[in-house]
Amino acid sequence: MVPQPATAITQEQSLRRAIPLFDGALATRGYELNAMCFSFNEKANRDAFLADEDAYCARFHLTPEQRKAVAERNVLAMLDAGGNVYYLAKLAGIFGLGVQDLGALQTGMSVDAFKAMLVTWAEKIPHARIPQKENA
Amino acid sequence: MMAKIIGGYFTSHVPGIGGAIMRGDQETPYWKPFFAGFPPIREWLAEARPDVAVVFSNDHGLNFFLDKMPTFAVGAAPSYDNADEGWGLPVYKSFEGHPALSWHLIDSLVRDEFDITTCQKMLVDHAVSIPFELAYPGVESWPLKLIPLAINTVQYPLPSPKRCLALGRAVHRALQSWGGDERILICGTGGLSHQLDGPRAGFMNPDYDMFCLDNLAANPDALTGHTAEQVAELAGTQGVEILNWIAARGAMGDVPLAEVSRNYHIPISNTAAASLLLEPA
Repeated sequence: MVPQPATAITQEQSLRRAIPLFDGALATRGYELNAMCFSFNEKANRDAFLADEDAYCARFHLTPEQRKAVAERNVLAMLDAGGNVYYLAKLAGIFGLGVQDLGALQTGMSVDAFKAMLVTWAEKIPHARIPQKENA
Repeated sequence: MMAKIIGGYFTSHVPGIGGAIMRGDQETPYWKPFFAGFPPIREWLAEARPDVAVVFSNDHGLNFFLDKMPTFAVGAAPSYDNADEGWGLPVYKSFEGHPALSWHLIDSLVRDEFDITTCQKMLVDHAVSIPFELAYPGVESWPLKLIPLAINTVQYPLPSPKRCLALGRAVHRALQSWGGDERILICGTGGLSHQLDGPRAGFMNPDYDMFCLDNLAANPDALTGHTAEQVAELAGTQGVEILNWIAARGAMGDVPLAEVSRNYHIPISNTAAASLLLEPA
């Protein structure tokens, strides 16, 4: 019989898979891609990527799945390949893309529609519970 | 004379804030409602004159990579530099450290059975720099020393909210047994609700944020009823940065606290942003 983790752990793991959250399985799958993105903290490495993307990706031994996702600039595929958004943001930075651009790419919205969607969350603020500042 | 915990300063640390400061956008309609939260904090700091900041935040892939990912890391460096994070923010001023107090904290935490990672070298990213750019705009050098504590909010399993509150309380005990006469500011940075990755990108949760803001001061244990995974589901995948706030609240100690100021605004960048200042009542 295969040993099973305790119920509490399986519940946590199933929630991680459902959201999904960057756990051991994704971190293992994405190590090379994240290592490449981590290197982009240095400008010389960002320039080297831009100068020869194939050679730079080969240096970090990206898996075929990771290489394809990067080549296609497919953010959801990069996440599926184990990319972590904190590291992927450094790759996005090379292309001048911010988090609203990433949001648009991942949700299929235009950037303007994505930004407008963000604003609508303000309507859900429970206003009555924000205390008024005394002596204002 | 004993070291004194004079207050707790909590704020979002979104990189976009750094961009807004760089461009001078503080008074634009988009940014003004967020920056409006800071004049009361700056006035309070000018009066309270903290000389050490104990800052709970999370690294975003500047200092730590996934090859070694500490759950809790405590800085013990003589100084802390910022560096290029890869997306165009200016490199921020360095902080002076306080190694003697750092090592006292480390000794006390390990004796208290928190098996932390110690860092004699540690880069601090926008999660530390931006809160101080907001608090002390335009200063030549930071008027206080830094002790950074980094909490893993990147790679699961994350520490639970309960464990983060307990860590903070252990930090409080350590500060109480310190023999210096410093005026100590506790900081928690990040959040509130936001999600950058996946099809749910752009998600926020004002109800959960308000629950956190309403309970943090008087009943922080209310925030420990969820697992870290449940917090991510409620607050978004990056909304788990509330763990930094929970730990910082613990470090203020179980004393009555007064809310000096609070601001909550949606959106800045992809984030429901907040600032909060608490002081012992």
